[in-house]
Amino acid sequence: MTAQPLVLGIETSCDETGVGIVRGHTLLANAVASSVAEHARYGGVVPEVASRAHLEAMVPTVHRALADAEVALADIDAIAVTAGPGLAGALLVGVAAAKAYALAAGKPLYGVNHLAAHVAVDTLEHGALPEPAIALLVSGGHSSLLRVDSLADGIVPLGSTLDDAAGEAYDKVARVLGMGFPGGPAIDRAASEGSVTIAFPRGLTAARDLREHRFDFSFSGLKTAVARWVEARERAGEPVPLAEVSASFQEAVCDVLTAKAVDACRTSGITTLVIGGGVAANSRLRALAAERCARHGIDLRVPRPGLCTDNGAMVAALGSQLVAEGAAPGRLDLPTNSAMRVDVITV
Amino acid sequence: MLVLVLDSATPAVTAALGRVEPAAGDRPPTIDGNPWSATILARRATVDARAHGERLAPQIDAVLGEAGAKPGDLGAIVAGIGPGPFTGLRVGLVTATALGDALGIPTYPVCTLDAFAVGRPGRVLVATDARRREIYWACYADGVRLAGPEVSKPVEVAGRAAGLGARQAVGDGALRYADQLDLPVLAEPRFPQPAAMLSLAVRRVGTGAPGEPLIPLYLRRPDTTEPVARKRAAPQ
Ligand SMILES: Nc1ncnc2c1ncn2[C@@H]1O[C@H](COP(=O)(O)OP(=O)(O)OP(=O)(O)O)[C@@H](O)[C@H]1O
Ligand SMILES: [Mg+2]
Repeated sequence: MTAQPLVLGIETSCDETGVGIVRGHTLLANAVASSVAEHARYGGVVPEVASRAHLEAMVPTVHRALADAEVALADIDAIAVTAGPGLAGALLVGVAAAKAYALAAGKPLYGVNHLAAHVAVDTLEHGALPEPAIALLVSGGHSSLLRVDSLADGIVPLGSTLDDAAGEAYDKVARVLGMGFPGGPAIDRAASEGSVTIAFPRGLTAARDLREHRFDFSFSGLKTAVARWVEARERAGEPVPLAEVSASFQEAVCDVLTAKAVDACRTSGITTLVIGGGVAANSRLRALAAERCARHGIDLRVPRPGLCTDNGAMVAALGSQLVAEGAAPGRLDLPTNSAMRVDVITV
Repeated sequence: MLVLVLDSATPAVTAALGRVEPAAGDRPPTIDGNPWSATILARRATVDARAHGERLAPQIDAVLGEAGAKPGDLGAIVAGIGPGPFTGLRVGLVTATALGDALGIPTYPVCTLDAFAVGRPGRVLVATDARRREIYWACYADGVRLAGPEVSKPVEVAGRAAGLGARQAVGDGALRYADQLDLPVLAEPRFPQPAAMLSLAVRRVGTGAPGEPLIPLYLRRPDTTEPVARKRAAPQ
């Protein structure tokens, strides 16, 4: 067991080829090559385009990370790689590369959960996570509330979205508004220039829904409501106020996310809330969470925006935690799992 | 010199350990007039198109172990760059590229189809399965490629192969569509053989030629009509 393990993390679950290097909770390198520009004209990630880009970027991105961290592969204590969930063909590129590096350099290999890594990345910013903690995971494919008893082996799902993920809602609404892909950053920007003037629905917040779905989310109704509102405007021949629609949509999303996250903390008596995933980069989510957590004496931890979207450092951060806690490494035949459950941390 | 030979361009995922040395009395040259001899010391292959990602690394470990060698003993890597189904092909190429990078040794690409034509006299059609009722193919005269690699429907290949004077066909794609090719098809090999792959690179390995990037022969554009991806964890 090494207290400050030097870990290299590889991430290829979607459209970013990420390689990060950490020592303990210290970030040394975070190299990312993105194929997002190639996907933009399709309005979403095309799996084969992403996989081809991963193959080309893999080794150069490892080199960049090693150079940035000023370490050699031989110095590394362990290699961690995203084994799932994600796009099957994309995951395979990163996992095969990780196996090759582990085999060549004789290093232990950890196949880890991308979602747990989105949560673990905060340790690079704020140090060891007080456990238990409540985690709000909000990304392109997932929106979940989790109780984190241990980042290494104890993540318990409390609730999740019943339909669209929060990031997916941002992306779909951005498409309705003609703002391009990915939609999250575009809406975030537009919203900063408008005020909240439209009352869009807050899914699963009515009393009867709370009984059964207290910690679950639903964003598809919100997305439809925005689309209807925009259509009505267009039918009337009136301009669509992008900033106001963006701000109002964003407020609905962030209101529900933060209200349920704070509720999860308060009912469980847990005083740490950590937010992870691409949507955690959102300025309104961060501000509203800070406000509500402060009001209820909850210690809020959100990593800086650059660490919220997919990257290799988050995978290295989780790997570092696993090594420090003496978790058993994976074998060379470890599989990828495109639908890996959120509570399964390693394969 | 110890050489790792990899191919993942067909349903067979293959790893082999070879040795390349100067030819001598008891070690005849692999190719006439070539001063290098090549032998395969250990090999592993699994025929399962869905297992490439899981099987390749353990197979590499196994062939090294069988020969009592360590990764650091390797001097070069020879990899089949296809054509082949994309996902499996990439597993082999990223593995070979990363190993070459980590070990600081050169990588040498060979066209997977070429391996079937090594040492085969006359005019031969080589075909592997490209799924979607198509085959990856090339035509050879005494081991030298005349046409291909291309991806086409078997009936179209039949016409092209006839025009090129092919007398026989080989490869799992040829076996699968034998009824449409109008040629006698060899029962074996169905998949690329490491000895043949190594012989295709033996001169580069022996002379210490500069390594080359392993660029896959996809031959098809990405399918961008596929529904846009949304990944999702399984429900608890
Ligand atoms: N500033 C922002 N505001 C809102 N959403 C954002 C912002 N930045 C990024 N996003 C959203 O985050 C999502 C991408 O996050 P992430 O990279 O974590 O998702 P993913 O890896 O595709 O999915 P998952 O992590 O669920 O497998 C996109 O939907 C994007 O629109
Ligand atoms: Mg993600």
